[in-house]
Amino acid sequence: MYLSLYLIDTQYNIYSMKKFILDLIVKKNVLLSNQYSLIILTSSEKLPEILPGQFAEVRVDGSNTTFLRRPISIHYVDYETNELWLLIQVIGDGTKRMAEVKVGETMNIILPLGNTFASPTRKDAKLMLIGGGCGVAPLLFLGAYFKREGYEVNFLLGARSEADILQKSEYERFGNVYITTEDGSLGEKGFVTQHSVLKGSNFDYIYTCGPTPMMKAVASYALKTNAVCEVSLENTMACGIGACLCCVTDTVDGHVCVCTEGPVFNITKLKWQI
Amino acid sequence: MANLNINIGKLQLKNPVMTASGTFGYGTEFSDFMDLSRIGGTTIRERQGNPYPRMAETPSGMLNAVGLQNKGVDYFINKIYPSIKDIDTNIIVNVSGSTVEDYVETAEKLNSLEKIPAIELNISCPNVKEGGMAFGTSCPSAAQVVREVRRVYKNEMIVKLSPNVTDISEIARAVEGEGADSVSLINTLLGMAINAEKRKPVLSTITGGLSGPAVKPIALRMVWQVSNAVKIPVIGLGGIMNATDAIEFMLAGATAIQIGTANFIDPTVSVKVVDGINEYLDKHGFKHVSELIGALEI
Repeated sequence: MYLSLYLIDTQYNIYSMKKFILDLIVKKNVLLSNQYSLIILTSSEKLPEILPGQFAEVRVDGSNTTFLRRPISIHYVDYETNELWLLIQVIGDGTKRMAEVKVGETMNIILPLGNTFASPTRKDAKLMLIGGGCGVAPLLFLGAYFKREGYEVNFLLGARSEADILQKSEYERFGNVYITTEDGSLGEKGFVTQHSVLKGSNFDYIYTCGPTPMMKAVASYALKTNAVCEVSLENTMACGIGACLCCVTDTVDGHVCVCTEGPVFNITKLKWQI
Repeated sequence: MANLNINIGKLQLKNPVMTASGTFGYGTEFSDFMDLSRIGGTTIRERQGNPYPRMAETPSGMLNAVGLQNKGVDYFINKIYPSIKDIDTNIIVNVSGSTVEDYVETAEKLNSLEKIPAIELNISCPNVKEGGMAFGTSCPSAAQVVREVRRVYKNEMIVKLSPNVTDISEIARAVEGEGADSVSLINTLLGMAINAEKRKPVLSTITGGLSGPAVKPIALRMVWQVSNAVKIPVIGLGGIMNATDAIEFMLAGATAIQIGTANFIDPTVSVKVVDGINEYLDKHGFKHVSELIGALEI
């Protein structure tokens, strides 16, 4: 009746990664603090290949106000236990409902979406992964990937206070962890860009995700120190697959969809005033 | 199993379900999830679209201010058309422009493409500064665009109407009078969202187009009014989320329907709607889907 069609393969092979709509089963829901939950999902079938930096579109069931899916970073994938981890920050009714999901319930998820981070060409490159608030989420999966590939990994995690530093012990499994908090309750006091580890040494590659002002400050630091820098953007999305054209960001190539051309961008592509 | 085939003028559809322009990319974005049925969206000149933010979620709907971002008709013909032309479905190209000449030039170029059996003339986009909705909100300007395009375009011409008018029936009659083969309605309703905490509009363009289930009652009413006012087929759209919604539009007088915003939540929704219509026809003993058209009992 119909002929199937393959995705147009242009610049990146990533476009040909097949996307799936899956009903995943909630295996654990861990309340990390009053506004963050770690949701661990599994499936009776093997999870598809997912790359660090990619995201999922999660359907929110039973909300009166949330109509569209919510784009959520892939926090971690454990292929041995067939687990997909999502880190949820409760902001509105949609994320509140997601955070309240119970063990055994299913979540309808489209994945894997978006692109991935670029790996350094040299294994001895000095890497720094900088996350702020809930923006730390994709860096765990990225750090795990880099460690497995033989790179030495450094994480710099920033938040308002100790309660907002999430999953510290998980990051410590894959690299050195440096911390800043705005109130000084954990690690060094101040913003991530004020941490002494950035003053003490230069890094070849910097990967960052978090609030836009933080990412711009990190990008500015990267430019000054001649580091390659990639940022993971978060924009309001409807479809997550490049159809609605709502989540655009302005780049040297014009308006592009964050969901398909990103969420990861090299800062040289963005028209940021930094 | 009932017969689902539907004709809209010369256009033969295997079922009455299409996807709406601007919600389905070039179709290829959805090929992982489903078989493809329809495509839309190209303007003559490269258009960057509006700045971010372009979308605001609202109760049971969404406002968008995309502004017809696309790479233009030449890009479509050279880069997209070759890769989609052999899909076994009707590919309908949505055409917009800033001037009447834009519409005419685009339609003329598309007229020569063998596998494009129809165009949908978009005179109703609320998100572009010039053209778009400006053409679709008065009878003389709507008539003028349709008249000029009709001179050069020989295949099926669908005209997509704006709901942002006092009387949509008179616009429908005006375009029918100039040779439109069918009309599709409704495009989005002009709306607005405000962030009270920041005391700022949510969208970069301040206003945008509202779609989703929130607009369905208005769309149904307009489809009913227009189908009573014109003789040409009416394609109904506006907030269709499932087969029941689609059937309601056909009962109101639509010959076929389009699915838009629902594609964003369930990329496979259009095939589910086809299946659902089929089940409904069997359950109620209909032999052909056309029996539903305007079958509202009053």
